Amino acid sequence: MRKPSLWFEPRGSILKAVRAKYNPAHHAFAVFTACATLVVITAGAMVTSNDAGLSVPDWPTSFGYLVKVPHFVGGIRYEWSHRMVAGTLLTLTLAIALWTLLVERRRWLRWLAVAAFCTVILQATLGGMTVLFFQPPWLSTAHATVAQTFFCIAVAIALFTGRKWVEEQPAVEFDSRRPSLFTLTLFSIFVLYVQLILGGMFRHHGMSWWPHVLNAVFVAIVLTWTAIRALSVYSRIEAVRWPAIVMLSLLVAQLCLGFVAFWTRVEWGRNAVQPELPMVVATVTHVAVGALLLATTVVLAIQVWRHVPVAFAERTSHALAQEKVTAT
Amino acid sequence: MPRIGWIGITARENNFEMNVQIPRKGEIMNRKTVWTIFGALAVCALLLIVGCNKKESSEQPTNNMAEQPPAATPIDPATVATIDGTVKFDGSAPKAAKIDMSQDPACKGMNEAENVVVTNGGLGNVFVYVKDGLGNRTFDVPKDAVELDQQGCKYHPHVLGVMAGQTIEIKNDDQTTHNIHPTPKDNREWNESQPPSTAPLQKSFAREEIMLPVKCNQHPWMKMYINVVKSPFYAVTDSSGKYEIKGLPPGTYTIAFVQEKLGEQDQQVTVGPKETKVVDQSFKDAGM
Repeated sequence: MRKPSLWFEPRGSILKAVRAKYNPAHHAFAVFTACATLVVITAGAMVTSNDAGLSVPDWPTSFGYLVKVPHFVGGIRYEWSHRMVAGTLLTLTLAIALWTLLVERRRWLRWLAVAAFCTVILQATLGGMTVLFFQPPWLSTAHATVAQTFFCIAVAIALFTGRKWVEEQPAVEFDSRRPSLFTLTLFSIFVLYVQLILGGMFRHHGMSWWPHVLNAVFVAIVLTWTAIRALSVYSRIEAVRWPAIVMLSLLVAQLCLGFVAFWTRVEWGRNAVQPELPMVVATVTHVAVGALLLATTVVLAIQVWRHVPVAFAERTSHALAQEKVTAT
Repeated sequence: MPRIGWIGITARENNFEMNVQIPRKGEIMNRKTVWTIFGALAVCALLLIVGCNKKESSEQPTNNMAEQPPAATPIDPATVATIDGTVKFDGSAPKAAKIDMSQDPACKGMNEAENVVVTNGGLGNVFVYVKDGLGNRTFDVPKDAVELDQQGCKYHPHVLGVMAGQTIEIKNDDQTTHNIHPTPKDNREWNESQPPSTAPLQKSFAREEIMLPVKCNQHPWMKMYINVVKSPFYAVTDSSGKYEIKGLPPGTYTIAFVQEKLGEQDQQVTVGPKETKVVDQSFKDAGM
């Protein structure tokens, strides 16, 4: 007789309904793809910070060629390098998508891999459109936002293919607090996306700096609230504790970097005749740490979804009903 | 109080045994479906690329095809007046910002910015033009092209005046590739690269626009401004702040003085037949 699975079959184990096998090579490649994504985001930030976005005026070719190395000076160095590492990432994503389709038994993960490939195609198209339409702020911001979305997907694939996710039976604690920790993590992701869009619009001269700075206060409050809840109530769960600690550390680092970026670019850089090294370093690091912060928050949300499911009456009755249907 | 449910070994064993499922038909994605998805995405991307390129190329021919302009309103050369003067900088001259050209060995030019040029109190690179007072007069567009040169990884001149529809000949005298990228508000934006030793680019702007920024994205310090006006009554101050506007019909005009950093200042001026009027202007140091 099948036992009711309400208490010992939380969603974490439902995810394991189709028995998955840990594939070290597949996981290593997924991690490599995620790391490569961060490199591409950093390269893209270098392009914007050095005001080199349109130094190669054509796309998808570069000065009429697909891969021929141009005279490697000035802004061309940043733009061409960004295109090349982005092209490599597209190939890596195609490889990880095909590999996942071939070896992965979890259907949802296969779809996620397809989604990753679709996202990278969308991202490449947006990148090309920014060149062909001369970088309108909304388009450049969309390019920046989709880049970080893709990074989150890449990190999620790396997480889902990891040994811990595949082999470990998740420790679970039900969450009866309101708002739930899962709601808080989703809200954190939302405010980070808003911050990403505001920052992108400011960076691409489509908006003033103050909405981004003002929202930073809101981001700090929401993320701190989320981290404190995670650490104070669910610190026994390692998969929740570590992302919460990393998220909080990255938040502090990001706020400091934001302050430095503001001073170097908005205050000191007001009359600068060209991008100066301090402002380039500060803004590029701010973008990279911002991407890491968003990805860490997404990881936290996933781990909370797995380990700290929300307990409420509807779910309980629904689960029992499902059991009855299965039994009959 | 949250309900806590740590999973024990027994529960884990039971749970795992119970939940092992054989994938059902349709759970494993059909390979045909996968290849169809990838194929469709590739075709979409290709169509988008072609579409974008077509749009760009279809806009190109319109570049120099201006409509037939109306006949110019005649001006009696015997009565024309002249306005000249000096634009001063009121305050201590700001130190010219240094430009670091080390990122391109081919750039060996003067490494000082030209955004505020002050010589003995005179302010250079100020665009002076008749903003108002010409009524419905029309003027012939000069057939001679205005030259814009890229030399020492700088634009020469830094501020340029041109009539709407007049050809601008853009040369590259450097041993490096530049890209010329105007970012107008009212005209069509374009961005073209110009390798060394290539033929000059011939461009024009159809609509009036003051302080239209032009930049090179390969050398981020390279910036200049094109001023597109409807009349030939304009000038750019030299390094000592002097300017002269000739051939002006008698009348009352608004003369605008525009500087890229210090903004615009206007003056009302009335000139009689054959009169030469001195119109000076000063810009205050706005805490630069």
